Amino acid sequence: MSDIPTQIKYTKSHEWVEILDDGTVRIGITDHAQDLLGDMVFVELPEVGDEIIAGEESAVVESVKAASDVYSPLSGEITAINEAVTETPEIVNQSPYEGGWLFELKPSAETEIDDLLDADAYNELAEADSH
Amino acid sequence: MKQTVLHPEHVKLDAKMVDFGGWHMPINYGSQIDEHHQVRTDAGMFDVCHMTVVDLHGDGVRDFLKHLLTNNIDKLEVSGKALYTCMLKENGGIIDDLIVYYMTDTWFRMVVNASTREKDIAWIEKHAADYAVDVNERDDLAMIAVQGPNARAKANAALGAEATAKCEGLKPFVAVDHAGLFIARTGYTGEDGYEIIMPNEQAPALWQALLNKGVKACGLGARDTLRLEAGMNLYGSDMDESITPLVSGLAWVVALEPADRKFIGRDVLEAQAAEGNHDQFIGLVLTERGVLRNHQKVFAGGELVGEITSGSFSPTLGHSVALARIKHSIKDSCEVDMRGKLVTVRIVKPPFVRKGKSCLV
Repeated sequence: MSDIPTQIKYTKSHEWVEILDDGTVRIGITDHAQDLLGDMVFVELPEVGDEIIAGEESAVVESVKAASDVYSPLSGEITAINEAVTETPEIVNQSPYEGGWLFELKPSAETEIDDLLDADAYNELAEADSH
Repeated sequence: MKQTVLHPEHVKLDAKMVDFGGWHMPINYGSQIDEHHQVRTDAGMFDVCHMTVVDLHGDGVRDFLKHLLTNNIDKLEVSGKALYTCMLKENGGIIDDLIVYYMTDTWFRMVVNASTREKDIAWIEKHAADYAVDVNERDDLAMIAVQGPNARAKANAALGAEATAKCEGLKPFVAVDHAGLFIARTGYTGEDGYEIIMPNEQAPALWQALLNKGVKACGLGARDTLRLEAGMNLYGSDMDESITPLVSGLAWVVALEPADRKFIGRDVLEAQAAEGNHDQFIGLVLTERGVLRNHQKVFAGGELVGEITSGSFSPTLGHSVALARIKHSIKDSCEVDMRGKLVTVRIVKPPFVRKGKSCLV
């Protein structure tokens, strides 16, 4: 049973999106995703200043088992990256929603946020995925 | 899905279970990397009950195995001594790799892979008929592998004083029989340890005793990265029925002497060796980020020269290593197509890690 906090949003491709107070958003992969991938060994992040388009590959998380692209849930400019996870990839396993966040961006198309899933919808998807 | 006699133990330990060739097996008990390090630095154990023990009895068993196997069982002179070997089709393709133990002059024991069980038994029975050998698949036996620098000491503590005395001075690749337990100093990790074969009903108690002595349960995920670091082949990935031992780094398990031992597949191997220029089986090392994966293509000078057969992250080395089959002429370095990017990797001779230490210079 994976952890799915209710105060944040999700995508079908197992990313999460937290809307921060200053209007930027923080992005990572879900507990369900890290559990499927297993022990992380490498994380590749975009660079601050990169312009990202929603649905495009913007990071790579690689576990012992497989490499997996992270698709940006939203379009915008990268404002911060979490260098701790490139140094210590297992943080993504240990703390997918807190210490294991991947990058932050300033959304350029606010309406894209409306397309994200809430916790209930994601839970349904993750459940179906596990069986 | 089939379950081993230790299945309830895995559930108790909250293992992540997967379908492994029709068996419901633990891939890890939390962290594959932690379990890997546990074996390299201390002691870990694996449920390998899904593997197949086959006992062969009969006056003709020695002649039969000299015909069936690439390695020569006449090398086995002491009861309990083990030999690693391949079993080939007539065309030289590998049906399976296995360990054979010499027990008595009329009894040999083989341990073959789980995924190849049915076809192995069918093949063995078909050929055994000519030698009046009884083929007995031992479904009544379980197997636990205990591996690591402290594995034998901890296993001895779990097995008790009598077994410890019996295992005293046990040499690598030799097994000893003790009160229904078959204790072999073998393994698939590049570490010291035992593989213990016992009646099914005794396995859960031994598993528990080993846990009590500080041996940690390790899943098949760690088993795979451990064997890869040790440069040991995996059937189905590194070799199969379309491939001979000579292109799988297994020429050393093909005994061409004496010349008059006509084992199955011999003619094809002799022809392949005489022709030369066949593919080589080598190790690849990537020290930058990224992980080499099975089936990635290998290039040299822009030309496709082969494929990775087993690739993963090496927890001991902190970077990726792989086994690959490539053209014979390629030396020193080559390139691998990793997710659309050509990355230069170093060619080495496996193993990558032995007894906890890097073999790379």
